[in-house]
Amino acid sequence: MTELPLLSVEIVRRRIGERQTTATALAEACFGAIAAANPRLNGYLTLSQERARTQAERIDRLADQGLPLPPLAGVPVAVKDVLSTRGLRTTCGSRMLENYLPQYDATAVERLEAAGAVILGKVNCDEFAMGSSNENSAYGPVRNPWDTERVPGGSSGGSAAAVAAGLGVAALGSDTGGSIRQPAAFCGVVGLLPTYGRVSRFGLVAFGSSLDHVGPLARSAKDAAYLLAAIAGADPKDATSADVPVPDYVAELEQPIAGLKIGIPCEAFAAAGETGGLDAGVNAAVRGALDALERADCQLVEIRLPHTEYATATYYLIATAEASANLARYDGVRYGFRAPEAESLGAMYRQTRDHGFGAEVKRRILLGTYALSAGYYDAYYRRAQRVRARIAEDYRQAFQQVDVIAMPTTPTPAFRIGERIEDPLRMYLNDIYTVSADLAGVPAISLPCGLAGGLPVGVQFTGNYFAESLLLRLAHHYERLRGPIGPPPAFATPGGNGAQ
Amino acid sequence: MAETESRYEPVIGLEVHVQLNTASKIFCSCTTRFGDPPNTHTCPVCLGLPGALPVLNRAAVDKAIRAALGLNCTVRETSIFARKNYFYPDLPKGYQISQYDRPLAEHGHLELETDGAAAQRIGITRLHLEEDAGKSMHEGFPDSLHRSYVDLNRAGVPLIEIVSEPDLRSPAEAHEYLTRLKEIMLYLDVSDCNMEEGSLRCDANVSLRPRGQTAFGAKVEIKNLNSFRFLQRALEHEIERQAQVLDTGGRVLQETRLYNAAEGVTRGMRSKEEAHDYRYFPEPDLPPLRVSAAWRAEIERHLPELPKARRERLVAQYGLTPYDAAVLTAQPALAAYFERAAAGAANAKGIANWVLGDLSAWLNGHGAAVEQAPVPPEQLAALVGLIDGGVLSSKMAKDVFARMAAEGEGAEAAVAALGLRQIGDAGAIEAIIAAVLEAHPKQREQYQAGKTALLGFFVGQVMKASQGQANPGMVNDLLRKALEAK
Ligand SMILES: [Zn+2]
Repeated sequence: MTELPLLSVEIVRRRIGERQTTATALAEACFGAIAAANPRLNGYLTLSQERARTQAERIDRLADQGLPLPPLAGVPVAVKDVLSTRGLRTTCGSRMLENYLPQYDATAVERLEAAGAVILGKVNCDEFAMGSSNENSAYGPVRNPWDTERVPGGSSGGSAAAVAAGLGVAALGSDTGGSIRQPAAFCGVVGLLPTYGRVSRFGLVAFGSSLDHVGPLARSAKDAAYLLAAIAGADPKDATSADVPVPDYVAELEQPIAGLKIGIPCEAFAAAGETGGLDAGVNAAVRGALDALERADCQLVEIRLPHTEYATATYYLIATAEASANLARYDGVRYGFRAPEAESLGAMYRQTRDHGFGAEVKRRILLGTYALSAGYYDAYYRRAQRVRARIAEDYRQAFQQVDVIAMPTTPTPAFRIGERIEDPLRMYLNDIYTVSADLAGVPAISLPCGLAGGLPVGVQFTGNYFAESLLLRLAHHYERLRGPIGPPPAFATPGGNGAQ
Repeated sequence: MAETESRYEPVIGLEVHVQLNTASKIFCSCTTRFGDPPNTHTCPVCLGLPGALPVLNRAAVDKAIRAALGLNCTVRETSIFARKNYFYPDLPKGYQISQYDRPLAEHGHLELETDGAAAQRIGITRLHLEEDAGKSMHEGFPDSLHRSYVDLNRAGVPLIEIVSEPDLRSPAEAHEYLTRLKEIMLYLDVSDCNMEEGSLRCDANVSLRPRGQTAFGAKVEIKNLNSFRFLQRALEHEIERQAQVLDTGGRVLQETRLYNAAEGVTRGMRSKEEAHDYRYFPEPDLPPLRVSAAWRAEIERHLPELPKARRERLVAQYGLTPYDAAVLTAQPALAAYFERAAAGAANAKGIANWVLGDLSAWLNGHGAAVEQAPVPPEQLAALVGLIDGGVLSSKMAKDVFARMAAEGEGAEAAVAALGLRQIGDAGAIEAIIAAVLEAHPKQREQYQAGKTALLGFFVGQVMKASQGQANPGMVNDLLRKALEAK
């Protein structure tokens, strides 16, 4: 196993099935690579060797007996630390849950394992998934494998970095305002935001419940398709999960893309100028991707998403309002951190939450509490919900004209650690291209479309409700047109895996 | 009180929480059973663990719709769950899932039945579904001085909150309203309405206004009214208190007060505790609750007869007094018992007397529910049949009932076992009478000389000689005949 970064889901399964390797050996190799790279990347917070070994041995027994292997047989995956894992520490990147051991598995985790995946451990993220740079983790920032002085994006920064650096074949992330796609773009991997309800949220620690999604990060659209196929589908434990049949995402990848209508929202390229600007390198890479698709007989159509300019404000009102309630349970009473020595109940609450939460989480709880307060509810929360409906309506209109909407995933490539942390507003505007899909509940995928200044750039395709198959197919075809990108130079040498 | 109420008119509205008697909690599958060791009926959902999600229990909605229909409410086609945010250690999520601006049902009413007066209709503003909180325990532990404990067995048990219009005008009316409400809930089998166990809880809003004034006065909310007695007493106290404030030229403060049952007074809660902004907003984890016309109709079809209708029917069908009908219907099981016994019986009134008399006394004496009645309804009917058929005197019947209850025997078997068959044969009774007259010639002379009060003496002697088994009516008739015949 000298070329971990190159492994795909299919290769892993084939090699295990043909007895060229074992799931156990593969997991061990991954743990070795993690041990070597983690001091530099800070991606993994908790390893699950025991659990991985048990699962790997199960897969190896199947292979020994010549039995058919499940679709993700032996595939090593990383799980973002906001997904509940039984008996496996789940910190949410917060001091509050530093020693929290869940009693149960998130549905997505349970389904991954049922499909044969081997869970390597829990990966770092912004505290309670609140952030766009991973600098908000109580356990230190994750570093971008392409340039360790830069952020990997957030909040699923650990997931994206682990996949990019080959510390796992794929990962689970969560996306509330771009938290899968933005780090995927910054780290040069594929990140898929499924339709709201497509993947169960049961066990995903809530940030903004009406916006939270679980989705895969992988090194190819095909691997993402394998993961989505494993985790998608209705869940009786999540009342907001959708009872819509799950197509065969992998099989449908090979259907043609010629004739697809791809909408280009003028706002995405124009409005960016007012808000800090669309980086020229990003612009060029994304335009290059669109040109390639046009040459492959896709039709580019200019469209409008007129309410996009309100998306960021709308998003921050709704997400923080919901967060203010979702994070009320961290009160020191039943689990997690409790301030010692508090003199009264009120003091216990205040000190627990003051010391247990980081600055960004507290900022958002305050924002959200304010937006829901008597006298402000109509002006903020209710109005935001109205704008949200308009944004969803924009998408409905657009998808009457086109099959897919394309735009950049982020306005710039990965920025430097520390560059924006003191400027929350500028940090929030980094989500400008990603929040709309979460608000509308439609699916979107980000995949690398080139480099700008040696850093990966992501192009984003957004589809109609439950059009994941189409998005994956388009991404898959585009990957062929594009040719390989990555792995990051420092992680490219065989056996290297960041061990330098 | 009466003096106060001649000057001020109390305006009262009640907020009643009724715990639904579903098998499992409203948003998870934990049992709702009461009285088990703390924190044994919990799961990730009702513990509020990170990432757990609520899933609505349809059975709770069924019961809530039943209750709403029983209170003549309009059930909304779409209602919305909302989060009510506040911090308290027994509230695991830091918010309660309730309903706010779109409750399950609205615009209902129930009728008070005050003696003789025309039925009075009390409006029901709304009825909504919500989850219960857990229980904080501040006492009874070695370290209770500086520590409290929380039991979350009750967290997530389904509740309905029923809010009345401010249509009640006296503590007695409030008491009557709660009585009728409880009765309806019991009839609908949506709750056991056990106030000691907290499955029926009541808060009251009360204000005073000078007689003749239409505008409402400042409203005071009283919490902690956990028995019918407390409700009435607390309201009486509060009305007096507000009257005094008004009489001395003061202004009633709009506030929340707690009733202290031990001292019989209400006390203002510290303003900090009541200064809540609950920041309600729609619960994003639960889709809107849709109640289709078909669903509502299905529940409507299975609604049982409600107490008022049943009372009226018992009076019409069985010739019971309104009072007896009311006592019977106060417990649905008792009324059902009566109706099973009375089915096909000739003397329904007699059966009612036994149900309300010896049977109820036995149940009270044994602390037993009607379901544990020691005599099946058919056998009670048989017993009454034996009395009506002259086989048993009422006095004998009491012994027979006791035997039936103790031994689980049927009426006939108990009569046989006790050897208590009444002598109803005129020849046999005449023979005993002859012997008694023979034995008491002196008294017989006195009777015949006009001292007819001695009839009782002779009756006693005959009954004694028959070991109590002679039919007393026949003994009377035949004795008189024998004495007057000379
Ligand atoms: Zn539970």
